Amino acid sequence: MTLWDYLQLSFVQNALLVGVLVALCASLLGVTLVLRRFSFIGDGLSHVAFGAMAVAAVMGLTNDMLLVMPVTILCAVFLLAMGSNAKIKGDASVAMISVGSLAVGYLLMNLFPPSGKANISGDVCTTLFGGTSILTLKTSEVWLSIGLSVVVVAFFVFFYHKIFAVTFDENFAAATGAKIRLYNLLIAVIIAVVIVLSMKLVGSLLISALVVFPALSAMRVFKSFLEVSICAACISVICAVTGILFATAFGTPVGSTIVVADIAAFGICSLIDLL
Amino acid sequence: MALLSCQDLSLGYEGKAILEHISFEVNPGDYLCIVGENGSGKSTLMKTILGLMHPLKGKVLTGDGLRQNEIGYLPQQTVVQRDFPASVYEIVLSGCQGRQGLRPFYSKEDKALAWENIRRMEIEPLAGRCYRELSGGQQQRVLLARALCATRKLLLLDEPVAGLDPKVTAEMYQLISDLNRRDGITVVMISHDLEAALRYATHILHIGARIYCGPVEDYLHSETGVHYLERGGYRP
Repeated sequence: MTLWDYLQLSFVQNALLVGVLVALCASLLGVTLVLRRFSFIGDGLSHVAFGAMAVAAVMGLTNDMLLVMPVTILCAVFLLAMGSNAKIKGDASVAMISVGSLAVGYLLMNLFPPSGKANISGDVCTTLFGGTSILTLKTSEVWLSIGLSVVVVAFFVFFYHKIFAVTFDENFAAATGAKIRLYNLLIAVIIAVVIVLSMKLVGSLLISALVVFPALSAMRVFKSFLEVSICAACISVICAVTGILFATAFGTPVGSTIVVADIAAFGICSLIDLL
Repeated sequence: MALLSCQDLSLGYEGKAILEHISFEVNPGDYLCIVGENGSGKSTLMKTILGLMHPLKGKVLTGDGLRQNEIGYLPQQTVVQRDFPASVYEIVLSGCQGRQGLRPFYSKEDKALAWENIRRMEIEPLAGRCYRELSGGQQQRVLLARALCATRKLLLLDEPVAGLDPKVTAEMYQLISDLNRRDGITVVMISHDLEAALRYATHILHIGARIYCGPVEDYLHSETGVHYLERGGYRP
């Protein structure tokens, strides 16, 4: 089969579409997260979601999203909406919550193995690395990602100037009357939703990479916030497409291939910056 | 009527007061320098005036048509800002954010105001440049232009010359003095530089174990002032 033949397959088309949308959303949010020293929040929140999933499995909930989503949103709000005045600083609190929920989740899954799921390490592996889940998407999941991406992009466009003001100088924005608590809350909720949904699709390893790499690559080359945002989105989408096509053609793991593409893009941008 | 008046303020963190019984007024056209030793609560006072913190007791009132969100603020630089990828124009324009409410985009008037203040701070050639590539003095001018977008009446400056070399420091003081005298903008400044405070300010607020608030001339003869000046090795 050639690459063209693969592209005729509906599951490959779905993977491309969802991959591009997730990459787009993650990179848009990534710029503000990286600048606020919250690069690891993608990793942290996906571990929180993992812990919540374990609890849901142990409790025998059929629809685990009912538990996972609120818990993750709560943690995101706790981390981001606290702002720079929290007692435990950003990186430390992300690390704490991330490692804590990963450990508790794994412990629970071992103590109370959910019935019908004997393969715990397989489960964990899929959650972390995404496995093949992006190639086995249901139509409902595809529509969900489309809807979500529209919301995220619209949010980013309409709140662009507010996101900039809050990211650059939270105190100044607050002092001049911007409703920074509201904006921080909205950003936190959106990030939590994006991470939970994309973790199901592509795994938690990939989602952190999608948040961090495009933003850092764009910052190497461009000098204004607008250029950086647009460039990060472009880099992220191009890397996602390249990664998925390469993975389909050569049978490599999708998530890791996209991350390698992102690393390559970062290398190229660093080179451009040096020249 | 006073532009800003603080009535019997008690400030502190988590119920513990670090400053008590602060009362003073700032009138239109004043140039008030807040002095005092490290840890005496200067920055806490400024955050309270800006509404970023609540006082334990007492009130901060704005008057003369000044609203709480019309105070221009020049904060000390944060770590985040030092390597921030943003152009000078983007940063100055963000000074208009406070008036935006939920409107998503800036109006023509906002943009015109941003350019006006960029010209006023003489940083027009830098407008397209990246903030992180500027010198310390240039960065301060950018933040001052942003503060001017947020206010037409009152500027709050938190150690505006910290980390600047002597020549740039002098230019910065001149710039602020011009804004005060020529444009009639009221200035409240935290300063460690007593000499400059005495030269440029019209009023001094000294906080710490003893509190003084009043005109500069009287400060030089007050008990608080004499004591503090002597300890600083400064003789008028």
